[in-house]
Amino acid sequence: MQNTPDNDNSNVEVYHHRADNLPAHGSHDEEVLTEDRVRDYWRANVRLLLILLAVWFTVSYGFGILLVDWLNRFSLFGFKLGFWWAQQGSIYVFVILIFVYVALIGRIDRRFGVDDDDAGNKRREEQP
Amino acid sequence: MTTQALTYIVVGMTFALYIGIAIWSKAASTKDFYVAGAGVRPLTNGMATAADWMSAGSFISIAGMIAFSGYDGSVYLMGWTGGYVLLALLLAPYLRKFGQYTVPDFIGERYYSHSARVVAVICLVFICFTYVAGQMRGVGVVFSRFLEVEITTGVFIGMAVVFFYAVLGGMKGITYTQVAQYCVMIFAYITPAIFVSLLVTGNPVPQLGLSSEVLDGSGLRVLEKLDRVLVDLGFVPYTDGSKSMIDVFTITLVLMAGTAGLPHVIVRFFTVPKVSDARKSAGYALVFIALLYTTAPALAAFARLTFIDTVNNTAYTAAPSWVKTWEDIGLIAWLDKNEDGVIQYAAGDAFEGAPAFTEGRGEHGQKLVGNVPQDNTNEVYVDRDIMMLASPEIANLPPWVLALVAAGGLAAALSTAAGLLLVVSSSISHDLLKKTLMPAINEKQELFYARIAAAAAVCFAGYLGINPPGFVAQVIAFAFGLAAASLFPAIFLGIFVRNMNREGAIAGMLSGLLFTAAYIVYFKFVNPAASNPDNWWLGISPEGIGVMGMLINFAVAFTVSRFTARTPEHVKALVDDVRIPSGAGVAHRH
Repeated sequence: MQNTPDNDNSNVEVYHHRADNLPAHGSHDEEVLTEDRVRDYWRANVRLLLILLAVWFTVSYGFGILLVDWLNRFSLFGFKLGFWWAQQGSIYVFVILIFVYVALIGRIDRRFGVDDDDAGNKRREEQP
Repeated sequence: MTTQALTYIVVGMTFALYIGIAIWSKAASTKDFYVAGAGVRPLTNGMATAADWMSAGSFISIAGMIAFSGYDGSVYLMGWTGGYVLLALLLAPYLRKFGQYTVPDFIGERYYSHSARVVAVICLVFICFTYVAGQMRGVGVVFSRFLEVEITTGVFIGMAVVFFYAVLGGMKGITYTQVAQYCVMIFAYITPAIFVSLLVTGNPVPQLGLSSEVLDGSGLRVLEKLDRVLVDLGFVPYTDGSKSMIDVFTITLVLMAGTAGLPHVIVRFFTVPKVSDARKSAGYALVFIALLYTTAPALAAFARLTFIDTVNNTAYTAAPSWVKTWEDIGLIAWLDKNEDGVIQYAAGDAFEGAPAFTEGRGEHGQKLVGNVPQDNTNEVYVDRDIMMLASPEIANLPPWVLALVAAGGLAAALSTAAGLLLVVSSSISHDLLKKTLMPAINEKQELFYARIAAAAAVCFAGYLGINPPGFVAQVIAFAFGLAAASLFPAIFLGIFVRNMNREGAIAGMLSGLLFTAAYIVYFKFVNPAASNPDNWWLGISPEGIGVMGMLINFAVAFTVSRFTARTPEHVKALVDDVRIPSGAGVAHRH
């Protein structure tokens, strides 16, 4: 029972910090998300998505389908290369792509201060 | 101990495990029931997603589909894995941020419209039941082959188990049972693949075995030998396809967009605590899925090669026992056209249609078929579904492997069925009742209706399993085509196009849906005789037409949204909020 009031207090404090941080009209405080900032974050995200989707398209539709006959003239460890991309290679690249996205978008999130992991939330809460 | 007794024990143990988990994780609130309290860890969710996604079709059929179509089978491999890239990059994180319970929820809120919500519910219910019918058939096949019970009894047992953990545990129960089911399924898939790979190539890793030399002294690698053997028998080479490039392209794209738009997969990403967790768990899910999907093409090539080796030019009386076991349940048939008592396998259908067995046995003990023989030398009918299930027998593996494969097939079917049924029940209780028809009900009543809806959905699925519509295979094309032409574009536009409005989205969904449905119905049901590349629009088959439906959806949505009322500000604010991962909202200038 002793802990409860303490916890309540700290919650209230956090709440106050946040309230202090709320946008005074027109303020460009670091931790306040303005429309401009969201727009810049979104642009960075979309740019990353386009690059990764270009890779996604190239390995499956490019190597596995459109260029398959040409690539099949080459051999990789006993596979015809086009066939390998269609039945093995593209799947490995898909897995790698998602983890690359997780890592890179995480960096962008932190750069714009919109990350949702514990460190990010804590930093925002501790901001005076 | 007989194989059958062993199978009963293994299957019984796995069922007991699933029920145990269900009791341990009973749902207490609607949030538990719909999204497992949004407290599932990313790795756990990845595993559950993999089990949810890999259906009886993946487990039982995909190796067979690739074995009998070679390069053309790549559409399933790329389509059903590449969709996860779209999901992880374009949909899952933003839907998690939105943070509601169902896919129609997002569409209804984003397009500020009950009609949009109801259209989404209709698409969803149709997609899910199409799929469930296939799962229940899978349960029936496994039971009748391995446990030798009536298909009806098998379906009832399956229904009882799903009923127990889906109705009681909701999403929470399903999540943790799916984790167990994934482990059973993947172990059951990889084990025979390793043994078959060892047998054919001496390499224990199937993915590497696929490019190794065959252990028959010929010095040829697996795919080289397979190409040669098939060409000798009159088939096209295994590594070349017979589908046109545009068809391969469009079908792959439909399967990818369809995968990303399938509601039972999307809803799994509502169950993790945070946006970054949704991204990670899509990655984990694809790792777990890729494990099976990279093994499948290896297993397919080994099984096809071994099948031809064992069956072709073998006297029927000397054929291995599994040929007769599968013949007994009607998935293999032999028509001795040249009456020499020897099985000849070659390109072309042995006879028209599925085997119609007549009474009595032939002089060699084979089951007789009454079908009209086709004019070619092929005497063998083989259902592609047996390739995976028969692989332990083809490779002469011990009985416990067979028991494991039976348990794996059931795990695959039950996990997917449960996920689908939950999505149906939550969109009925949440979207149709709570949000549209009976907004006055409280949470306890909503949970009660969710359970009733789940129970009703299980019963309906059981009915479909016992009386399967004769066109399950054709209807699967529907599920992906519709998801690609309706739900995927609507969700994508809702996140990426801030100005997309209600009128545009609804008009887009309806036109994509109607176009795709009309094209498939015409070529699959109304006029199947005309279904060939000469009559298809741009040479695109009904399986791939969802791509055009998707493009029509986008085109109509953009055009209509230009000429109708603008999106309200509070909805634009919602889009802004969905786009950023952190919890704090966006400050808008006034």
